[in-house]
Amino acid sequence: MGSGLQLRSEIDHLIESGDAAGASRRLSELWQQEPGSALASFLTSRYEKLRSGLPFTSHRLALLRSFTVEPLVTLLRAAGFVAGLDLTVHVGDFNAYPQEILDSTSALYAFRPDTVILAVQTRDLTPELWNGYADLSHESVRASVERALNSFESWMKAFRQYSPANLIVHTLESPPIPNLGILDAQSDSGQSAALRQINEGLRSRCREFRGMYLLDYSSLIARYGYSHWHDEKKWLTARMPISAGHLIHVAHEWLRFLMPLSGRVAKAVVVDLDNTLWGGVLGEDGMHGIQLGQEYPGAAYQALQRALFDLHRKGILLAVCSKNNLDDALEALQKHSGMLLRQEHFAAMRINWGDKVQNLREIAAELNIGIDALAFLDDNPVERDQVRAALPEVMVIELSGDPNAYVDRVRESPFFERLTLSEEDRQRAAFYAAERKRSSAGQGFASKEDFFRSLEQEAEIASVGPATLARISQLTQKTNQFNLTTRRYSEQQISEMASLSDCDVVSLRVRDRHGDNGLVGVGITRDSGDSREIDTFLLSCRVIGRTVETALLSHLAETARAKGLKFLRGWFLPTKKNAPAKNFYAEHGFSMERNNDEGSQWVLDLQQNHIECPAWIKLHVRIEEKI
Amino acid sequence: MTTQSYERVRIIASDVFGVSLEEISDESSPESIERWDSTQHLTFVLALEEAFQLQLTPEETESIRNIGEAAKLVQKKLQVARG
Repeated sequence: MGSGLQLRSEIDHLIESGDAAGASRRLSELWQQEPGSALASFLTSRYEKLRSGLPFTSHRLALLRSFTVEPLVTLLRAAGFVAGLDLTVHVGDFNAYPQEILDSTSALYAFRPDTVILAVQTRDLTPELWNGYADLSHESVRASVERALNSFESWMKAFRQYSPANLIVHTLESPPIPNLGILDAQSDSGQSAALRQINEGLRSRCREFRGMYLLDYSSLIARYGYSHWHDEKKWLTARMPISAGHLIHVAHEWLRFLMPLSGRVAKAVVVDLDNTLWGGVLGEDGMHGIQLGQEYPGAAYQALQRALFDLHRKGILLAVCSKNNLDDALEALQKHSGMLLRQEHFAAMRINWGDKVQNLREIAAELNIGIDALAFLDDNPVERDQVRAALPEVMVIELSGDPNAYVDRVRESPFFERLTLSEEDRQRAAFYAAERKRSSAGQGFASKEDFFRSLEQEAEIASVGPATLARISQLTQKTNQFNLTTRRYSEQQISEMASLSDCDVVSLRVRDRHGDNGLVGVGITRDSGDSREIDTFLLSCRVIGRTVETALLSHLAETARAKGLKFLRGWFLPTKKNAPAKNFYAEHGFSMERNNDEGSQWVLDLQQNHIECPAWIKLHVRIEEKI
Repeated sequence: MTTQSYERVRIIASDVFGVSLEEISDESSPESIERWDSTQHLTFVLALEEAFQLQLTPEETESIRNIGEAAKLVQKKLQVARG
């Protein structure tokens, strides 16, 4: 406790002296030591003083609930701050969720949430399926299931009508012991089966509506232990059904949804080798002495590799940063029989005796992603501290104690969560492998144009459709560098814009001789009067610097001209990260019309100027006419 | 052990109610601490339960009227738990 008290006073001194980054580092250290309800209050009060000096992602969350959630809110906000998220939380009135959802003028919608969590308990929504099952006939069980699903459906429909926000729905939990005991499992119309049926129905309804997701509440309880999860006395006296020690698990589960929904996710994870990917020190123990395999103790490391492999499958890039002799490490990576991950699974490698901070910077640059999109996995607390101090934006995973628990640290981390998986995600590693070929190929050309020509690029510009909606929304949420306005849109918002007659949402797909780069660009425009305004123009970092952006801009300009419009306008809204897009409009002949605190507005006179698609890009246009 | 748990109760109260540790005494109560309302009382109880891994009954929860009583209650529960 002593160090906890010291840290608290140190934090207050750092805040007073104006060292926001230092204070934030200490706060997160303190949270690692004693996460919980008490500290959560301390943390939120201190982070509130720091929020203007730190790069937090803001997110507005509304909680609709049938039980007391107030103590959870503080925990969630504290955990959010530690993970880089500044949450503004609105709590709906106790058990008033149906009215709030169905009334378009309710406080819920006035709050303009980004995300809403609907946390309803089985005993509140379908009490008969909680503790009255023994009284029910088959017909009344069926009626209960139907009634519950109809209610959910009417709420979801109304919600989608009144709000573009994301909705997270808790599944209904089964009671710890079925009302009819072991008999319940013998029947296919038992109590647990009925609740499962509701949850399955919820899952398919979530898929029907966009931006709705299921939180598997039963499996959350099971993960931590059903028999200790509930506190019946507090439920009866304070309407708080979850026992004190488990509140933090609910907060963390919520955070696993809120991170990907707010775009605060790791695009790559940088891993250490010794005592992280395998047990022992390669330089001392030799390739045959390190611990790695299916048996104890090497199984812990193989399990961690499996978890990392799963991230690779989700489109998260893997990179190595290790202090080792390169040749030894490569030999172990390629030849050790226990390795699940091989050299080809890593998009970048820094195996040397240099400083890890510098190596991380280089890895981010090589992968063309921001430092704040890196997660760092290293068993050495000194390395972790150095990285935290020098690169506070890196998401550092805390690894300590039993190596068998390392795999859980990765699997439970909110930084690696995704709510949708696009074809691009699944193939990302292959894209990067092709990119390595491209950049090494680029070195042998006399001119840039020769290089561009040699790439044999084909660009396909298409209207948004059901197959591309998720990826387009994902790009608006994740693209930071080549993004002129950095406006984030949910799938629902994209789909609404696409349905407007004066609004166009188009995507850009790029192929070249090394492979398919996937869907890598988005343009959103709005026409009014004699002018077309570019609302969003972005390009994935994967294809920056290959002139495909000119192809997309040319399309926006030429279709505007064909429609008889006279001007093409667009804003450049500067952020900390979008410098690569800064000169985009100037380089394409636009002139600056306006310049204010927010950014600069540019205009192109379409009667005077043409924007040509570069000669080395073969353009395919698949635009559906709007009626 | 006894003084350690007592100190810990004071730190928890300081965190939950947002007052400095020096301002927390045995007599500190909802009358002297502005933020000690019914919601924060619940958070305080949950924080104690979490920190000491115990569960307080509704009667015990009700009986806490100041920090001294909270600390005594925690000590008693810890002794019972240890047998």
